[in-house]
Amino acid sequence: MKVEQVSVFLENKPGSLEEVTRILKEAQVNIRTLSLADTTDFGILRLIVNDVDKTSRALREKGFRVSRTTVVAVEVPDRPGGLHGILEVLKKDNIMVEYLYAFVEKSGENAVIIFRFNDSDAAIEILRRNNFNVIAGDKLYSF
Amino acid sequence: MIYNEEFETLPREALEALQRKRLQQVVQRVYHTVGFYRRTFDAAGVTPDDIRTLADLPRLPFTTKQDLRDNYPFGLFAVPLSSVVRLHASSGTTGRSTVVGYTHRDIETWSELMARCFVAAGLTKNDIIHNAYGYGLFTGGLGAHYGAEKLGASVIPMSGGNTKRQLMILQDFGPTAICCTPSYALNLAEQGRAMGVDMRSLKLRVGIFGAEPWSDKMRDEIENVLDITALNIYGLSEIMGPGVAMECLEGREGMHVFEDHFLVETIDPETGAVLPPGERGELVFTTLTKEAFPLIRYRTRDISRIITAPCRCGRTHHRMDRVTGRSDDMLIIRGVNVFPSQIEAVLVGIQGVEPHYQLIVDREGTLDTLEVQVEVSEALFSNADEVRVLQKVERRIAKDLKDFLGITAKIKLVEPKSLQRFEGKASRVMDKRQI
Repeated sequence: MKVEQVSVFLENKPGSLEEVTRILKEAQVNIRTLSLADTTDFGILRLIVNDVDKTSRALREKGFRVSRTTVVAVEVPDRPGGLHGILEVLKKDNIMVEYLYAFVEKSGENAVIIFRFNDSDAAIEILRRNNFNVIAGDKLYSF
Repeated sequence: MIYNEEFETLPREALEALQRKRLQQVVQRVYHTVGFYRRTFDAAGVTPDDIRTLADLPRLPFTTKQDLRDNYPFGLFAVPLSSVVRLHASSGTTGRSTVVGYTHRDIETWSELMARCFVAAGLTKNDIIHNAYGYGLFTGGLGAHYGAEKLGASVIPMSGGNTKRQLMILQDFGPTAICCTPSYALNLAEQGRAMGVDMRSLKLRVGIFGAEPWSDKMRDEIENVLDITALNIYGLSEIMGPGVAMECLEGREGMHVFEDHFLVETIDPETGAVLPPGERGELVFTTLTKEAFPLIRYRTRDISRIITAPCRCGRTHHRMDRVTGRSDDMLIIRGVNVFPSQIEAVLVGIQGVEPHYQLIVDREGTLDTLEVQVEVSEALFSNADEVRVLQKVERRIAKDLKDFLGITAKIKLVEPKSLQRFEGKASRVMDKRQI
């Protein structure tokens, strides 16, 4: 039920993000969603894409430092309290969120939240027990 | 003014006779007391008896910094440790620093030579000397301190750092002379002005600056912002510390090498051939009087030239020009000597860091800056794509560089493709400083 995410190390300098998007365009990769964490010197671009292998290969070939990390995608109703419901159940079991980002589905009914947990397996177990819709990777890549 | 009129103005002939006698003595002594010299002399096919005149000096083999490291810590000492009263060392990771020792008489000699330097700068026992060279393993602080006391001046043992406190003491105690690195002098002036201190109206009248390369342009600037006379001093811990050579107030053109205690040569750094006076090359020193740690033909890697023309001050000792560079890749960052290989050794010791790096040296305002660009390794990044993990690695590198080498550096993680793959190590350094 886990999702593979591609993370790319970027220096903070003009054009570094543009270079990544150009490589992905040339490789015909479609980005589902992304987030960018940054500091004064560097950033980490995190991508959910339609083809994880192709993406990491293309970026590696161009000299980028790339890693594949496991994240968890959870569908929540797009209304007040949607995210809170998830965090509430996780808190009880001391699951920590390292980072998260979200996007709204094309239908507009639901939001999908991408979580990086300190313990993905435990988190998935808890979420499913509480009837949250944990989205499988292959479904998400082709959303 | 001259501190030791007799020795500093010896006619060349008498000086050279003294040098010859002292050279013969030190060569005999090291051959019989230090295994290293016996081996290198034997390998070069030379015995102490072959040194009949000063012209025979080039027959002796060179001693290098590597030889010092190979004999770490006390292997080159020529006296038992019971006769050693002081140890100093250069910064370095374990086993790579160079250690020097002094007997009572060595400290006495060093003190006199530093006293000679102060007098050459026009100082007397009535002066107050603000000594901002670092105290500790570095020879700068204690070397200048003992010289100031020998002269009978009042010495303020400031050491480095704590600039606000330094500025307070400069105003309140009214020192008439200051010793520090030239870039620190400019930094003091800059911070003083920022705090509203009228730096030109301090009682300072002379500054004795060394431990890093500087230019006449910097001299003009220091003299202007502090309203003092700025003089150049030269030394290195291996030979003794500060006080190997000193510029005189009267000449202000080249530093008199205290030739009754040191022999100086310039060589072609590639071939090792001795160059005629006046030609620029690598300085090579032989200590004539040191007891604990004598050095024979030590290659300093400092590039300079020897000036033999007589000086108007009356000293007969030859002068050396400003050091204009190095024949190796040593960097001097705020007066701290560091080799890229030492930085590399620190990086190798940190998990998740690969020794793909580049060093960017620059000068912001008046202070040297060092940026260490390190490639984010596959191992590090695949384990963690989190900002805090990478920042922790940055902090760890900065701390280790400070702890092991005493240098403050800004660490920047970079993409692998940002760094060229170097064959040699020279191009790993980009020095943007305009000195």
